[in-house]
Formats: sequence, C-alpha cells, structure tokens
Amino acid sequence: MFVILKDLLKRDKKFLFGFIVVCILVFLAILSIFSPYDPRSWSVVPKDRPPSFQYILGTNSMGQDIFWNTTHALKNSFVLGITTAVVATIIGTIVGLIAGYRGGTLDKVLMSINDSFIVLPSLPILVFLSFSLRGKMTMFVLGLTLSVFSWPWGGKQVRAQVLSLREREFTYTSVFSGMNMWKVVFREHLPFVIPWVIANFINTILWALGMEITLSVLGLTSLETPTIGTTIHWAMQYQAIFRGIWWWLLTPIILCVLLFVALYMLSVSISEFLDPRTRLQRIKMGG
Amino acid sequence: MNALKTYIIPRLIQYVVVIFIGITITFIIPRLTPIDPVQTAINRLTSYGGIYMEPEIVESLQNTLKELYGLEGSLLEQYFAFWKHLFTLDFGPSLSMFPTPVIEIIANSLPWTIFLLLTTLLISWIIGNILGGLAGYFKDEKWSNVLAIVAMSIYPIPYYVMALILVILFVYIFPVFPMMGGYSIGIQPSLSWAFIVDVLRHSILPAISLIIIGIGWWFLSMRSMTSNVVAEDYVTYIEFAGLPRHKVLFSYVMRNAILPQVTALALQIGGIFNGAVITEVAFSYPGVGLLLKNAITNGDFNLMMGIAVFSIIAIATASLVIDLLYPLFDPRIRYR
Repeated sequence: MFVILKDLLKRDKKFLFGFIVVCILVFLAILSIFSPYDPRSWSVVPKDRPPSFQYILGTNSMGQDIFWNTTHALKNSFVLGITTAVVATIIGTIVGLIAGYRGGTLDKVLMSINDSFIVLPSLPILVFLSFSLRGKMTMFVLGLTLSVFSWPWGGKQVRAQVLSLREREFTYTSVFSGMNMWKVVFREHLPFVIPWVIANFINTILWALGMEITLSVLGLTSLETPTIGTTIHWAMQYQAIFRGIWWWLLTPIILCVLLFVALYMLSVSISEFLDPRTRLQRIKMGG
Repeated sequence: MNALKTYIIPRLIQYVVVIFIGITITFIIPRLTPIDPVQTAINRLTSYGGIYMEPEIVESLQNTLKELYGLEGSLLEQYFAFWKHLFTLDFGPSLSMFPTPVIEIIANSLPWTIFLLLTTLLISWIIGNILGGLAGYFKDEKWSNVLAIVAMSIYPIPYYVMALILVILFVYIFPVFPMMGGYSIGIQPSLSWAFIVDVLRHSILPAISLIIIGIGWWFLSMRSMTSNVVAEDYVTYIEFAGLPRHKVLFSYVMRNAILPQVTALALQIGGIFNGAVITEVAFSYPGVGLLLKNAITNGDFNLMMGIAVFSIIAIATASLVIDLLYPLFDPRIRYR
C-alpha cells in the first residue's frame, strides 16, 4: 500500500498536488480544536474587519473570526463527506460484490434497483426531505440521507469488476475448497476491488460536499453549523459582495475550488493508475 | 423486433420503476416527519394576515386542507388518492400565491428552465465531445494535455461556486452583464426584438456557467474514451491502410467513442438538472430553480411537492427519451 502511495507521489503530479492540498486542508480542519471561539456564537470579535495581523482572514458581519470559523467549516464538511462516503461505500460495495458474484435473478433485481437510483433525480427529493425535516437535519442525518442517493455508482463499478473476477481460477479453487459465498466474496474478491472502492470513496465525498453546498445555499441544512456551504449561505445572505466584504465570500470560494480540484485529481490519478492501458503508457514513456 | 425485446422493453420497465420509487418516496417523506403540514399551513395563514379565525372556520379549513393533502383515510387509501392527484396533474393551490394552482405556476417557469437546460446541454455536449475527441486522438500532443489539466481544474467546481465566481468577475469587478432576473424590470414580456435581446443578455452568464462545467465533463470522458478506441487494432489497421486522418478520426474513432457518451447523457441528466436549479438560484433566473427557492423561503408545501414530483417525472422521462434515441446512434441495436 505504502509502496503504491510513494510511487504515485513520485510519478504523478496530479496525485502530488491533490495529496498536498488535501493534507493542508485536513491540517486546517484539525486546527479547529484550538479555536479560541465557539463557532456557534456571534459577536465575539468586531464586525467586518478586513484581513490583518490580528484577524488573519478578517471578520464577518456576524462578528466571527473568519479564519477560525473556516477551520470549523472545513472540519464539519469533512465529517459530512466522510460519513456519506463510508455509508455509501459499504452499501455499494456489498451490493456490487453480491450482485456480481451471484449473477442471475438476484443480480438483475439488484442492478435494476441500482440503475433506478442512478436515474432518480436526487435534488428534488433531498430538497423536499430537508424541507420537511427543517431544523431537525443534523450533519449526521444529512450524511446518512445523502448516502442513500450516492451508493449506486460504486455498486455498479464493483459489480463490473467482480463479474470478471468470478471467472478466474482462484475463485473456483476457493469454491471447491469449500468456502461459502461470504468468504469468497470478502476474502478473495474484496482485496481486488479495494482500489476502485477508494476512487469511488473520494468521488462520493466530492458529490456529498457539492450537495451540501446546494442545500445550504437553499437554506435547508442546519445553518448555525459552520460548513463550506453555510459559510457561503451567510455571506450571500448579508450581501457580502455588494457591501465590499470580499474576504468573507472569497475565503470559502477559494477553499472550495482547491478542495474540489484536489480531491478530483486524487480520484483521477487513482483511476488512471488502475487502468492497465494508461499504466503501460507511463512505463513506456519512462515516467 | 429483437431490439424491442432486449432493449426497449427493459428500459420502459426501468422507467416505471424509477417513477414508482421516486413518487413513493415523496409520498412517504411528509408522513415520516413530525411536522404537520396542515397545522403549518394554518399557522402561516393566521400569522400572515394576523387574522383571528373562529374555531369553526379553523376546523373547516383543517378538513379542506386534510383532503387537499390527501391525509384522510388509511395509509393505503391515501396512497391511491396521491396517485390519482398525480394523473390529473392536480397539486392543489399554492399557499404563498393563493389560490393560483401549483401546476399553473410551474408551467410558467418551465419554459425558462427548458430553454436554459436544453441550449447549454446541447452546446456543452457538442463542443465537449468534439474537443475531447480531438484531444484523445492526439493524446501525446502538448495542447491536449494542457486542455485536460484545464478541464480537470474546472469540472469539479460545484455549480453554485462557479456561478459566484462568474458573478464576482463579470458583475462586480467588470460590470458587463446584468445580475438579476430573466429580463430587465420594466420591460413587458413580448415577442419584440428588444425583449429577446434583453432575455438573451440576462441568460448569458447562467448559460456560460453551466456550459463551462458541462464542457469540462464531456471533454474529459470523451478524451479518455477516444484514447482507448485509438489503441484498438482496427484503428491501427485503417491507419496503415492509408485512410486520410480526418476520416479515421471522425468515422472510425469518434463514431465509436461517442456511443457511451449518449448513454452517459441519459445517466447525467439528473445531475445536470441539479446544476441548472442551483445556477438559476445564483442568478435569480426565473426558472424552476428560483421557484423552488421561493417555495422554501415561503414555506409553500404544495408548491414544493409539485416541483419535486414534477421534476422526478420530467427527468426520468428525459432520460428515457435519450435512451430510446440511442438505437439511432448504434446500428448494432437497430439491426439486431
């Protein structure tokens, strides 16, 4: 595992970029532990101060220090993304492994559910749900809800991999030596699909963060919890652009662009690494 | 005939399943939550005008609303009533724009969204695929790699953030485009030249915002698809056979690489719709997205429900139509 990581860091600039940026942002999120202010309380610092030595990123109209608020926002966004991705990945992987291994009617049923969820428009349903649950939507509940709509992509991919693994020699060997379905699937097949699962995990985080921003902008998440989305929501609510408080809006925008591009580069780099054709090309080019 | 059996019928079944799941979820959601929509609506009406209502009137109102929301009878009866309302396109009156029917309000903003979605989708799909095909065919050229890096740094940006970046750049720093709405205040909607120009001027920024991200995605997937096709033996063969390059590229390489892109279009349409909705909110563009935002801020349950149901059906149908058009692109299915 570490050999691959080292290899990717050395050979792939995309991976290097993504890795460094994500590390920095995770570090910032961890810094939130040392925050001198409670992220939920207002008017703890003077309002609308531009960036200075005292307030590195300035303060906002709610009297919050933007730097420390941002560390909390990053932490909460990461927690949300990871919650969604963990749950969605577990469901997707299990469904994919079983559908691919068993085949037949079970596969058909599972995959038609899977495809239906892919086509099902998530936003209207999510908006409707958070609208009905208004105020009661905690980060955790939101994460769980989002995972309901994001598992099928991973499931489809894992299934496609297992379909080919099923026909390989070692599967027959393990079946003939008396392993049951669960053992074959989890001991023998899972290790092979792990890299795809990781790439999908990152993509799910991306999707969840994007959805969180959309829902927050519509004012449907718990707005007192700082996240990247709610930070943008409040900056827009207080008309930050037109009042010239650019540092308030620019901070989440820049962070958001960095985070999304970095995560995407990581996932692209991993998928390229997985594809034997591109790996061969890299070797050919002596990269 | 075979194509009908192996391709079209399973797809139609899936369509029915999708609509069934989607509608059932929208039916279940308000019944799971602790909030009583009837009470909320009455609270809104009384607090809105500050009117004192006699208990009898409140009670009769309660009953009418209950009937309207289909909250009468057993759960199964409610469920059937819900479907009946759907088939008759009856979502009841809007609460914030009482008593205009919800369906009428949606019908008014629908053309805006369809116009925005369809034009941006077509433009980004065509440009993205052509650029992606070229970049995939000339994969080792420098410009191809530069384009790929650019696309990779643009595509993952969330729609709303992209919209904000454009607003900051072209409304705030370089005021070239108007910020708000679908047309200037004071201009009457009509079929005059001035109105059309005004509408176009207001749609340019939202459209650009959607097109940039769209191109990024179609470019990246087409590029990787094409570079895979180029590696196939038959491409090497026709290249050796001495076919002119443009013919190899367009009739052999891109012709094959485009097929998954059509399927991808059917799968992505929901996500693209999400993007259009939030972009409309960012620019206050008067489509379904803005309507959704208004329904949320006004607590308009009926409108909310109408939009949710309507978009589920619309997106599922759009996806179905694209999939049914697929045989036109793929002769293997047509002649099977």
